[in-house]
Amino acid sequence: MLWILVAIVALVLIWAITAYNGLVRIRQRVKNAWSQIDVQLKRRYDLIPNLVETCKGYMKHEREVLENVTKARAQAIEVKGGAAEQAKAENALTQTLRSLFAVAENYPQLKANENMLKLQEELTTTENRIAFARQHYNDQVMKLNTKTEVFPTNLIASAFGFAKKDFFEVELDAEREPVKVSF
Amino acid sequence: MYQEISRNKRNSFLLVIVFVAGVIGLGYILGEAAGFGPIAVVGAFLFAVIFALTGYFKGDKIVLAVSRAKPARREEYPQLYNVTEELTIASGLPMPALYVIPDDNAANAFATGRDPAHSSIAVTTALLNSLDRAELQGVLAHELSHVGDYDILFATLIGVLVGTVAMLSDFFLRYMFWTGGGRRRSRSSSSSGGGGGQGIIMAVAIILAILAPLFALIIQLAVSRQREYLADANAALMTRYPEGLASALEKISRNPGEMKAANRATEHLYIVSPIKNLRDREQKKKSLFSTHPPVADRIRRLREMAGEGGQLAATA
Repeated sequence: MLWILVAIVALVLIWAITAYNGLVRIRQRVKNAWSQIDVQLKRRYDLIPNLVETCKGYMKHEREVLENVTKARAQAIEVKGGAAEQAKAENALTQTLRSLFAVAENYPQLKANENMLKLQEELTTTENRIAFARQHYNDQVMKLNTKTEVFPTNLIASAFGFAKKDFFEVELDAEREPVKVSF
Repeated sequence: MYQEISRNKRNSFLLVIVFVAGVIGLGYILGEAAGFGPIAVVGAFLFAVIFALTGYFKGDKIVLAVSRAKPARREEYPQLYNVTEELTIASGLPMPALYVIPDDNAANAFATGRDPAHSSIAVTTALLNSLDRAELQGVLAHELSHVGDYDILFATLIGVLVGTVAMLSDFFLRYMFWTGGGRRRSRSSSSSGGGGGQGIIMAVAIILAILAPLFALIIQLAVSRQREYLADANAALMTRYPEGLASALEKISRNPGEMKAANRATEHLYIVSPIKNLRDREQKKKSLFSTHPPVADRIRRLREMAGEGGQLAATA
């Protein structure tokens, strides 16, 4: 009888350890996925000054559009918070970039500028990288959140303070479309 | 996914065993007939093992060389590199080596290698010229799915080992032809000697002549069409944009060009069959022996996925 009890306790312990380690692993993956997004966001921040410089030479009347991009970039860099806040700032930056490219349509010389063409490809790839990194991050967050809620892993999760994480959400329907920065 | 990986590893292992056993068997027959005894078996064993190892470690290089693929330089093909890197982020796979096949007629692509860390993707220049960014992304996602599934390991081994059998049979047939001719010419001077050897070589040539098409058949059966559907589906999941690959397949299948650098041993590696009459047949109906499913059917399945796109995007 005693042995059965010991066996049950041992089994429960083994399960608890496995569940705990599983949670740690997935939390680590979420962290890693987040840093991947971070790398790509930085890449975008780095591209913007160059883009603004290139456009400045051609755009005489739309200074406001350029200023909006610079402002949104600064705000996005400033954000110190969770994924939800960061997502909001990044979405705003994406919007300003969209209107910049829409305005650039009116400048044939700018469109033909070699530097601009390079920047355009760089920005497209960066937007895609952000989208894919976000996709990967959200997949991992979904796994973590499911684990923290599903019985019986939720017992371990609440006992050791594994919190749910925010998704990096896309606010606008337009953003669900594949990103195309084309002229 | 994990089932696919272990299935491919198991199949590759079996293929190597069958290949080695087959070559030893051939060596045994040859040795017995010619009176070399066990040395022939040892020789055959060594030959088979060296070949199998070469196939495993250098198979990708062989396939790339046969296909006349050249390493793609980043400065020359920045978009190819960018799109591939984007997809490695989406899939979590390591960056494959990129190759370009200078062929302006046929839009096509394939992946090779022994595992994701040693993988290569080759695309033709026609593919780069005719597809837009989203379509290129679809094609590369399809190829990366083959990498992630270890389809590349099995497909590359099949190509190299079966290519070897074809090469051997070619060699023996030619040898028989030349020595046969030589014997005719020298018949008057000496009619004796080498008669037994000729008989054996002829027997081997006949065996190989029978084996070669049989092996070609095995390729086509083993490289199941299901893999292509699966890679398409994985590509859609990776990009969350099935239409990209669907429209790429449409463009590729409309492209009438035939690839010069593709042959029977590498045909199954490509995203759509590079050999034109095979492709025409495949488009008409699902043949038992075709390596690729009909393109129209693949496009239809992808478009159906796009219809369910709401669910795909919701998790993005």
